[in-house]
Amino acid sequence: MTTDALRADLLAAIDSATTLEALEALRVTALGKSGSVTLFMKSLGGMDAEARLLIAPVFQALREAVATAIEAKKTALEAAALAARLASEQIDLSLPAAQSPRGSVHPISQVMDELSEIFADLGFAVAEGPEIEDDWHNFTALNIPPEHPARAMHDTFYVRREDGEGERMVLRTHTSPVQIRTMMGQKPPIRIIAPGRVYRSDSDATHTPMFHQIEGMVIDRGIHLGHLKWTLETFLKAFFERDDIQLRLRPSYFPFTEPSVEVDVGYSIVNGSRVIGGADGWMEVLGSGMVHPRVIANCGLDPAEWQGFAFGTGVDRLAMLKYGMDDLRAFFDADFRWQRHYGFSALDVPTLSGGVGA
Amino acid sequence: MKFPLSWLKRYLETEADAPAIAEALTRLGLEVESVTNAAEALAPFVIARVLTAAPHPQADKLQVLTVDRGDGQALQVVCGAPNARAGLVGVFGPPGAHVPGLGVTLKVAAIRGVESNGMMCSARELQLGEDHDGILDLPADAPVGEIYADWAGLNDPVFDVAITPNRQDCMGVYGIARDLAAAGIGTLRALDIPTFADAAPCPVAIATADPEGCPAFLARHVRGVQNGPSPDWLQALLVKAGLRPISALVDITNYFTIGHGRPLHVYDVAKLTGGLTARRAVDGESLLALNGKTYTLDPSMTVIADDAHVHDIGGIMGGAESGVSPETTDVLIEAAYFAAERIGATGRALGISSDARARFERGVDPAFVAPGLDLAAAMIVALCGGQVSAMAQAGELPVPGKLLAFDPQQTRTLAGIDVPVTEQLAHLARLGFAVSGEAKPYAVAIPSWRRDVDGSADLVEEIVRLHGLDRVESVALPRREGVAQATATPRQLLERRLKRLLAARGLDEAITWSFISEAEAACFGGHAWRLENPLSAELAVMRPSLLPGMLAATARNTARGAASVRLFQAGRRYLAESERPTLALLLAGEMRARDWQTGKARSVDAFDAKAEVLAALEAAGAPVERLQTVQPASAHYHPGRSAKLVLGKAVLAEFGELHPTVLRTFDVGVPAAGAEIFLDALPERRSKRARAAFAPSALQPVSRDFAFLVPTSVAAEALLRAVKGADKTLDKALIADARVFDRFAGAGVPEGQVSLAIAVTLQPAERTLTDAGLEAVAKAIVAAAGKLGATLRG
Repeated sequence: MTTDALRADLLAAIDSATTLEALEALRVTALGKSGSVTLFMKSLGGMDAEARLLIAPVFQALREAVATAIEAKKTALEAAALAARLASEQIDLSLPAAQSPRGSVHPISQVMDELSEIFADLGFAVAEGPEIEDDWHNFTALNIPPEHPARAMHDTFYVRREDGEGERMVLRTHTSPVQIRTMMGQKPPIRIIAPGRVYRSDSDATHTPMFHQIEGMVIDRGIHLGHLKWTLETFLKAFFERDDIQLRLRPSYFPFTEPSVEVDVGYSIVNGSRVIGGADGWMEVLGSGMVHPRVIANCGLDPAEWQGFAFGTGVDRLAMLKYGMDDLRAFFDADFRWQRHYGFSALDVPTLSGGVGA
Repeated sequence: MKFPLSWLKRYLETEADAPAIAEALTRLGLEVESVTNAAEALAPFVIARVLTAAPHPQADKLQVLTVDRGDGQALQVVCGAPNARAGLVGVFGPPGAHVPGLGVTLKVAAIRGVESNGMMCSARELQLGEDHDGILDLPADAPVGEIYADWAGLNDPVFDVAITPNRQDCMGVYGIARDLAAAGIGTLRALDIPTFADAAPCPVAIATADPEGCPAFLARHVRGVQNGPSPDWLQALLVKAGLRPISALVDITNYFTIGHGRPLHVYDVAKLTGGLTARRAVDGESLLALNGKTYTLDPSMTVIADDAHVHDIGGIMGGAESGVSPETTDVLIEAAYFAAERIGATGRALGISSDARARFERGVDPAFVAPGLDLAAAMIVALCGGQVSAMAQAGELPVPGKLLAFDPQQTRTLAGIDVPVTEQLAHLARLGFAVSGEAKPYAVAIPSWRRDVDGSADLVEEIVRLHGLDRVESVALPRREGVAQATATPRQLLERRLKRLLAARGLDEAITWSFISEAEAACFGGHAWRLENPLSAELAVMRPSLLPGMLAATARNTARGAASVRLFQAGRRYLAESERPTLALLLAGEMRARDWQTGKARSVDAFDAKAEVLAALEAAGAPVERLQTVQPASAHYHPGRSAKLVLGKAVLAEFGELHPTVLRTFDVGVPAAGAEIFLDALPERRSKRARAAFAPSALQPVSRDFAFLVPTSVAAEALLRAVKGADKTLDKALIADARVFDRFAGAGVPEGQVSLAIAVTLQPAERTLTDAGLEAVAKAIVAAAGKLGATLRG
């Protein structure tokens, strides 16, 4: 057979190969050890130099053409096989991916983090104290002696140790004992907030026997009511993220402050519900005042030298006002549906740069 | 305190209307909780005369009336009242009027086929009383056509004011009037204190044997009174103030309680045996009080008693026996001064809240005991007749007029507001403070009705109160230079971090009550603290663990249809000696729901809890690789499926499946695993800013697998620790990690043993591992495992 005929045969066969296996068989038939093309190449060895010089390029061209054709066909067959495999691997990606549970941070924790952030900017550290408190820290040191009528306003829970040891204690009725512990534990100037759990023997939609308060206190030289007013305005503006916060200060009475000031914040009615800001009406949000000289003296400080202000409010209430819950009892029920609705993402970390509202 | 505007105006001459007065009260610190005016709801109701009354053709009990409502027309009205008759003058509600007592709005309607154009109303329908026997029957001369509420004097706004415990003076309308007058809302009317010339001595002997509880006891006797109903004006005042009129004598004492903050008591002298003495109660003495309840008294309480027995719990509530009745003819009016502290203690001990207690507890004006008595005696004579005796007095009244030194500069330094000195002094004078002295400090005498004022800061408060708290200007707190400093303590940061970690891992934060039931606490080793006055048995003891509350929440959530509960909580456990900060977590039900990829659902187990605990401990910076797992944990866990995580001697956490008995107690019907991390036991995270130098090895790590047969008594953790430490016998540290990747027991593994397959990662530091080097490590590993009784599996 001539090389031309062989080339034509082989190229036709390669072109019509439909599988990689058939192609490989063809490759062996043509280019294998005793393949038809190989035999031509081998025959060169028996030729004289002159003939070889003439014939070799023809044979090599034949081999080259066949090899190239096989390679091209192989690439094409492989591409077709891949395309066929991919076509067979089609899946329905509308099926759900593995789901991980969402998780949530309780609104109380969120609001406490927000408050810590705001007050850190104003230079207030976070102070803490025990919840099972003694009578002196919870009442007497705060200028509420045993027979004081204000004690009746506190609906105190009393606790005793089951083993009979120790005195009768109270579940702290407010976070104010932390004022006392702070003043006794460190030297002024002092700027603290004290968020925490408090207890009153009371229960309805807006009162639960356990709730959360935050206390703030500044003790320094030359601190007066004007500083208190500024601090509360600044804090409420930052917390509610509104500039139109209006405060109304009213004289009031707390045994541990003198003068005592009740603070109302203005609200407006938006779509039938109350929104902080504006002055369509007033709601009570804070109790405050200048720390009573007797309280300062009770902590071993000289009231002639040191004075300052204190304020307190409900963390739960702040959360409700900001985030719109209307039943306090649900805060302590751990209902997964409530958590999903009112809880916060772990990533909602309040920051000054990102804003303190989630 | 509730009182109508008309009562205030008895003491205050003012043109101010109710909103202006309410505004002023709030500004003064007398918080107005509400202002209501009964007339507003009754505005459409007019006085009307029944012209004719005829039987209803279709109904026996109804009548068809024609009514003149002032326009001279005869309006047809169907009426069911038995007293409806021609000529009756009553109250008519036209169509469109809302009847408050029925909650309906009237319209023209046919009643049993007869058109009715409105309604003749009863007292109850207008919410003016309980009477519903018939329609209102007014005097014949009542002006037809006039608005009924105006004619009846109902157009009288009623203030409800919250009086703070310090304001003894404002527990009477007169004191409120005084505050308003000081604030420029009108002029206070002076009281005209009567005198009783040529009065006979008081025939009833009085004494105080308890000068501490009852320093002074004043009284007058009135002979020959007639105790009928009190006049309309007095009854109307009391009703508007929320009191029930009883009889003239009782109403008069109530008038002085509400009007002047001066509680009095009136005894029927005929019921007394001998004189009256203020004394301590004797143990076991009891009294049937005016509220119909019997109280057992003890010697801490001050009482008023005659020679026979107790008649009055001093300053709190009188006795039923010697109370006045319509038959009473001779009375003794008691005006005493009781010690405020004693009243508070007695009132709390007996659980009695009364108008008298509320006033004595805050303290009454010692300078108004005698004037109050005199005014009351005069009113008794005016309304009930009788002869007043001379005043009898036992004991001594405290002398008011305490002096305070006051420097007006303090208003600036404490309140941050500039008020001219003359203005400051004028404010004080208007409130009854007597200022003397020419220069600072001034001497300021406290009025007898302000025992709450006892320091110069109180005076500043009075001045600011009158001057206007709203005039205080905001002043920025001084701010330290630079960016705000970090303020949170390491513990606070830790708690914040862990909360967010667990939330990110898919757990929901719960906050549950700090108090639980005794039975719940018993499952967790019992409680250390018990509430003396719990709201309920469910909230009776302080929790020794955070898990009970979370288990209860789990049961609730499961009942609500949650297939998977994943809760965490940061809070305190209340132990005998201290409150321990704790982070708890609880997983219950499905850990993984059934799914098209993974197949059947998987329930939670102890390892799920372990994973969360270790993630939290790692985030807390605890040396997780050095922790020892010690089985079992506390008794509320499954004894075979729980463990403590221990560092040295400190137990950092417990985790495991909850004990089936505990789950049953809490009604949790699904598998549950929990954990508690004892935050106070965690080693403090050391803050390291700069990290150690980092030089990653350029050499390839090598992984080798070992399968050991291990006695089941050997913990996998011990084997791993031995394997990891095996290179200690070599001259170079090589073992970077060792991990269990398979565990098998059963066919092919001898009884009492388990096969543990461990993948060991070797990381050479200086040069590539040679075969000899590899073999040496492998030998060391097998040897180390061998010490625990592990053999290489053939």
